[in-house]
Amino acid sequence: MTAYILRRLAFLGLTMLLTSLLIFVITQLLPGDVCRVILGREVGENALEACRLDLGLDQPAPVRYFTWLGDFLTGNWGNSYSTDAEIRPLVMERLGNSLMLAGFTMLVGVPIAIGLGVIAALNEGKAIDNGISLGALAVVGLPEFVTGILLIEILAFRLGLPANSSIRETATFAEAFPSLILPALTATFVLLAYVARLTRAGVIEELKQAYVRTAELKGLPRRTVIWRHVLRNAMLPTITVVAISFGWLISGLVVIENVFNYPGLGRLMVFAISRRDLPLLQAISLITVLGFALANLVADLLYAALNPRIRIGS
Amino acid sequence: MASAATADVTKQSAAPGWGQRFFSLARTLLRRPSHALGTLISLLFLVIAIIGPLLAPYGANEQIVADARDGPSAAHWFGVDTLGRDVYSRVLLGTRDIFTLAGIGTLLAVLIGTSLGLLSGYRGGWFDELLMRFFDSVLALPALLLALLLLGTLGPSRQSVLFVIVIVYIPIVARVVRSVVLSVKTRSYIEAARVQGESSARILFREILPAVLPALAVEAALRFSYAIFLASSLGFLGVGVQPPSPEWGLMVNEARDAVSQTPWALYFPAAAISLLVISVNLLADGLKHVFQMDGER
Amino acid sequence: MASPLLQLQQLAVSYKVGRRTLDALRDVDLSIDAGQTYGLVGESGSGKSTLALAAMRYLPANGFIRSGSIMFGDKDLAKLSPEEMRARWGRQIGFVPQNPATALNPSVRVGDQIREALRLYSRDESDVMEILKQMRIADPARVARQYPHQLSGGMQQRMLISMALSGNPHLLVLDEPTTALDVTTEAAILDLLRGAQQMLNTAMLYVTHNLGVVATLTDRVAVLYAGELAEDAPTKELFRQPLHPYTRGLLDSVPRLGQRKDVNRLRGIVGQIPALGETIDACVFAPRCPLAIEICWQKRPTLDAPTPDRTVRCHRWPEIMAGDISPSRAVEKSSQVTKQAANQVLQVDGLQVAYKMPGGTLQAVRGVDVQATSGRTLGVVGESGSGKSSLARAVIGLVEPSEGKIDLLGIQLPKRLTRRNRVVLSHLQMVFQNPEEALNPHLTVGESLSRPLITLRGVKPADAKAQVGELLAAVRLPADYADRLPSQLSGGEKQRVAIARAFASQPELLLADEPVSALDVSVQAAILNLLADLQIEHQTSMLFIAHDIAVVGYLADEIAVMYLGQIMQTSPAETIFDAPYHPYTEALLSSVPPPDPFVKQERIRLEGELPSAVNPPNGCPFHTRCPRFLGDICVEQKPPWRETEDGKRIFCHIPLEDLLRDQTDVLQFEGAKKS
Repeated sequence: MTAYILRRLAFLGLTMLLTSLLIFVITQLLPGDVCRVILGREVGENALEACRLDLGLDQPAPVRYFTWLGDFLTGNWGNSYSTDAEIRPLVMERLGNSLMLAGFTMLVGVPIAIGLGVIAALNEGKAIDNGISLGALAVVGLPEFVTGILLIEILAFRLGLPANSSIRETATFAEAFPSLILPALTATFVLLAYVARLTRAGVIEELKQAYVRTAELKGLPRRTVIWRHVLRNAMLPTITVVAISFGWLISGLVVIENVFNYPGLGRLMVFAISRRDLPLLQAISLITVLGFALANLVADLLYAALNPRIRIGS
Repeated sequence: MASAATADVTKQSAAPGWGQRFFSLARTLLRRPSHALGTLISLLFLVIAIIGPLLAPYGANEQIVADARDGPSAAHWFGVDTLGRDVYSRVLLGTRDIFTLAGIGTLLAVLIGTSLGLLSGYRGGWFDELLMRFFDSVLALPALLLALLLLGTLGPSRQSVLFVIVIVYIPIVARVVRSVVLSVKTRSYIEAARVQGESSARILFREILPAVLPALAVEAALRFSYAIFLASSLGFLGVGVQPPSPEWGLMVNEARDAVSQTPWALYFPAAAISLLVISVNLLADGLKHVFQMDGER
Repeated sequence: MASPLLQLQQLAVSYKVGRRTLDALRDVDLSIDAGQTYGLVGESGSGKSTLALAAMRYLPANGFIRSGSIMFGDKDLAKLSPEEMRARWGRQIGFVPQNPATALNPSVRVGDQIREALRLYSRDESDVMEILKQMRIADPARVARQYPHQLSGGMQQRMLISMALSGNPHLLVLDEPTTALDVTTEAAILDLLRGAQQMLNTAMLYVTHNLGVVATLTDRVAVLYAGELAEDAPTKELFRQPLHPYTRGLLDSVPRLGQRKDVNRLRGIVGQIPALGETIDACVFAPRCPLAIEICWQKRPTLDAPTPDRTVRCHRWPEIMAGDISPSRAVEKSSQVTKQAANQVLQVDGLQVAYKMPGGTLQAVRGVDVQATSGRTLGVVGESGSGKSSLARAVIGLVEPSEGKIDLLGIQLPKRLTRRNRVVLSHLQMVFQNPEEALNPHLTVGESLSRPLITLRGVKPADAKAQVGELLAAVRLPADYADRLPSQLSGGEKQRVAIARAFASQPELLLADEPVSALDVSVQAAILNLLADLQIEHQTSMLFIAHDIAVVGYLADEIAVMYLGQIMQTSPAETIFDAPYHPYTEALLSSVPPPDPFVKQERIRLEGELPSAVNPPNGCPFHTRCPRFLGDICVEQKPPWRETEDGKRIFCHIPLEDLLRDQTDVLQFEGAKKS
C-alpha cells in the first residue's frame, strides 16, 4: 500500500510538472509582443525594452519556465498585467468562492446522483429506469448556460432568489447562501446527470457478476445481496466517477459563474483572457489543475484503500 | 476422414455484402424510439446545415429595423431581435456554422487521434509511454480550461475555436483507439498475421482498424456532440466566434441583456443547441447499442 | 425405494431473445434420490447449465419454465414464490459454480463470506474453522482472513464448496466445478466432494462435459443433447453398454489414456449440435446419427425404459441393446504414407523465457531442450504455469527468449520475429487455442487463407483463389466456404480454417497450442484426426501443446512433461503410461479421471500450491510438492537426467531401480482392454 501511495504521488508530481510546462508553453505561444499588449500601441521602443527586461523576456525560455515555476511554488505569483493588483490574494479569494460553490454542489449533487443511478440500475429496463436514463441524457445535453438561464427564468423571479450572485468579500456563508442556490442548482443538474449515468452503468455491470449469483443462491435476502454485495463493489468505480466529475464540474463552473456573475475563478479567468493577462491566466490555470489533480489523487487513494485487490497485492 | 460431409452446410452460404450489413445496422439503430428520434433529428439538422441558406427568408445580419423586437409571427417565425434581425434566419444559418466548426473539428481530432492511438497501441514502447504521459498532462486540464487557455493566447476567432476543438479531443480519441488496439493486438488472428510476415501497415489498417471502427463511430458521435457544446459555450462566454456571426452560443449571449424584451431571441438558439446536442447524444447511445457496447462505460 | 428427492417432470424451459422464444429444454424427466450422485453430461448447447439452474428455479431474467414441474420433496418449485425459493436456497439446495475466480465477492474476506452463510442458517459463526478443516485446509485461520484474489483457484473453489455445504443442504448442484482448474487440483476437489458426500449424505447433481469425472464420481448419469434427455442410466451400465448412438459417439470421441492415433482411432461425431431455437419435429440427433433411418427423420422418439432403472430416447434402442447393430461409426483409415527417414527439424537448447512484472521477473521457461523430427509429433503436456505455451511462443517468435538457441533445419533462428525472413516464416506456422479469435472477423475465409499464399509463397493474388479451394478441401471444408465470414462458421470449422491457413505455406514445423481445448469432444476428435492426417501427408513436424495428457498421448509420438518452466520427463508416447515415471508424471496420471468406470487408478495427490514462477524453488523444481521427496539433495541440487532402456528420460534424484521398485502402473485396466 505504501508503495502504491508513493507511486501515485510520484505520478501526480510528474503530471503536474508536465502540465505546468504545457501551460507555460501555451501561454508563450501568444502571437505578438506581450509588452505591446500591456502598454498599448502608442508606446516608444525604449519603454517596450524596459518592459521586456522587467518581465525577463530577454531570458531563454527554459530559464523563464523554471523561474516562473519556482516563483509560483514559493508563493510569489507576481502582479496582474491588466490591473497591476497582486495576483495571489485575488486568486485565493476567488478560489474560495469557487470552492464554496463546488463543495455545495458536490455535497448535494453526488449523493442524489448516486441514488438515482442505483435506482435506475436496479430497475433496469423498467419505466423508472427509462425515465431516469432519458432525463439524464437530456440534462447532459443541455449546456450550463441554457440550464442556468432557464432556472433564472423559472425560479429567480418567482422565489425572489438573486439571479446576480455578486457576493461581498466579507460575506459569511449564511449571507452568501441565497446567491449560491441558483448557481449550485445549475451545477447540480449537470453533475447529477453525469454521475447518475455512470453510476447506473457501474451497478448494472456489477449485477452481472457471478458472485451476485453465489450470494443469491446462499439464500440471502434481496436487500442484503444488494447492499452488502452489489453496492459494496459498485461504489468502488463510483469513487473514480466522482473524481472525474469534479473535472467536469470545473468546466461547468466557468460557464455558470459567468451566467450568474458569480465572483469565482471561472469568471476571473474569462476576464484574464479578455485582457490577455498572462500571469493571471497562468496562476488560475495552475491552481485549478492542482485542485483537479488532488481530487484525482484522493479518489485513487480512497479507491485503493477500499479495494483489497490493490490494498493487499496477491 | 469421411469426406466433405464432416462439415455441415446449414448456415447461409456467402458473406453478406456491405449494403446488407449497413441496412441491418441501420435497422437496429432505428428500433428504439429514443435512438430513432435522435438519429432523425440529427439528420434533420444536417439537412438544414446543407440547405439552410435556401430556407432562410433573411440574411444573417440583415436588419429589418421596422420589425425590431417583434415576437414570433407568420412573418418572423422565431421573432426579431433588438437589432431587427430575423431570429429564424439566424438559427438556420447558424446551423451550418456549428456543423462546420464542430464537424471539421471532430473530423480532424478523430483522424489525428486515431492515427496516434493506432501507432501508440500497436508499437508500444517508449513512443507509447511518451505520448501517453503527454496526453495525461493534457487531460489533467479540464476541457474548458484548456480551451480557454488556448483561446487566451490565440485570441478569439473561428479558427481558434476549430483549433481548440481539435487539440482538446485528440488525446481522448487517441486513448479510446489505443485501448481497443491493445485488446485486439493480442488476439490470435493478429499473431497469426505477424507469424505470416504481414507488414505492420497491413496489420494496422486491414486487421486492426476494422475492429476499432465501432468504438470510433460511437466516440466520434460523442465528440461531435461535445464539440457543439464546447463551441457554443465559448461563444456564450464571448471568447469564441465573434459577432456578428449567427453562432448559437453567441446569439444567446447577445440576447441576454434584452431577455425581458425579446426572450425569443434567447430561447430559440438555446433550444437549437440543446436539441442538437441531445439528439447527437441519443444517436451515440444508439450506436453503442448497435455495436453491442452497452455494457461499457 | 423412497420417493425421490428431486424429480423433474416433463420440464420445458425457454428463453426470450428479442421477439423470439427459444427452447432450451424440452420434456426433461429426471429424478435424483437422497444421497445420490447424479452426473449430467452434455456438450455446449445441450442445455445442461440451464437444467442445473432450472432445478434450483434460478433462471436468467429472460428464461422461464414453459411447462412441467420440479418436485423437490412434496413441493413443486415451479409454483413457489421468490421468497419461498429464497428460503430453500442454501438451506435445502446448495450451489457450486463453474468459475471460482469470479464467484466470490472480491471485496469481502472469504471467512466473512462463509460466516455470512452460517449466520443465515442460524449456525454458530465459529464453525468456520471446523468447516475449513473439513476442506483439508492446512491453516484455516489465515485463509479465512484472506480476500479471494489472494487464493488459488483450487482454494477459492474449496471456499465455495464450504459455503454451499454450510447449510447442510439435501441437494448440491454443481455446474462444472472443476473445469477451470488444473487436473491435480481437480482430483483433490473431487476427493473432497466424495468425502463430503459420504459424511453428509448430500445428493449431488453434477453438471459436466467431462466423461472422466462422470465415470469416477457418479452413481448415475443423464446424457443431454439439444435440450432433450437422450439417455439416463446407472454409470457403469451406461459406460458398458450405451443405448443411445449419441452416448456411444461421445464415448468414442474421448481419447482414453493410452489410446493412439495409429492403433485405435477416435471416431467423433459428424456435424454439430443444432442451434438453440431450431425446431425439430423428429429425432434431434438424426442429422448426426450413423444409424438414422427413415423413421428417425419423421417422428420424435418417445422416452422408453429398456430396463427398470434406465431410460433412452431412440427409435432403435432394441436393436442396439440386442447387439444387432452397432452405434459406433465406422473407423476411418488413417492416411498411411510410407514413413520416410525422419530428419531433425527443430533443435532447442537451453531456452529461457522471462517476463518482466511489477513484482519481479516471471521465469516462464527455465532452460528447456527439445527436438522435433519430420513427420513426427512432440507433445508437450503440463498444467497452467508450466511454461508450455511460452515455449511454443518463443519458438515461433511471438516472445523473445532471454537465453537459448533455436535451430530450424540446422540453421539458428533470430530470436526476434521481425528479423526472420520469409523462408523461415513459411517454415514455421502455428495453430492457436481459441477458435473464436483465430480468424479476423472482418475478413472472409478466402481472404484469410490467401494471405499466407501471397506473402509467404509468392502466389499471385489472382491465382490464390484456386489454391484456397485446395486448402479448404484439405481440411474437409467445401470450396464455397471461401466466401463466408468467420461469424458464419462453427467453432470446429473455424479451427479447420486456422489449420488450413497454417498449412498454406507448407511449413516444416507446425506449432499447435491447445488447438482442441476450447472445442467440444465430438468436434475435438475430428480435429485431432485431421491434424494427424495432414501431418503424415505433408511429413510435417509438429509441436503439440496441451494440458490433457490423454489427448497428447493420443496424438504425439514423443512426450515431454513440463512443470514450472522445466521438462520433468520425456518418453515415447507408447510408454508414458508405464512405470517408471517421474513423480510428477505419476501424480499427473493418477489425477486424470479416466473416462472408464472399470479402470483402477492409483491415488496420488499433490499437497500445497504451485510455487511462484517469480521465485521458483532451487534444486528440483518439484521438491516442494513431491510425494517421493528424498531430502536435502532435492532442495539443493539439480537432479540428473536418468535414461531407461525403453527410451524414457527422467529428471529426478531417485535412481531408476528405486522408482521401478516403488511404482506400479498408475492405471490398471480390467482384462485386456488396454490397447
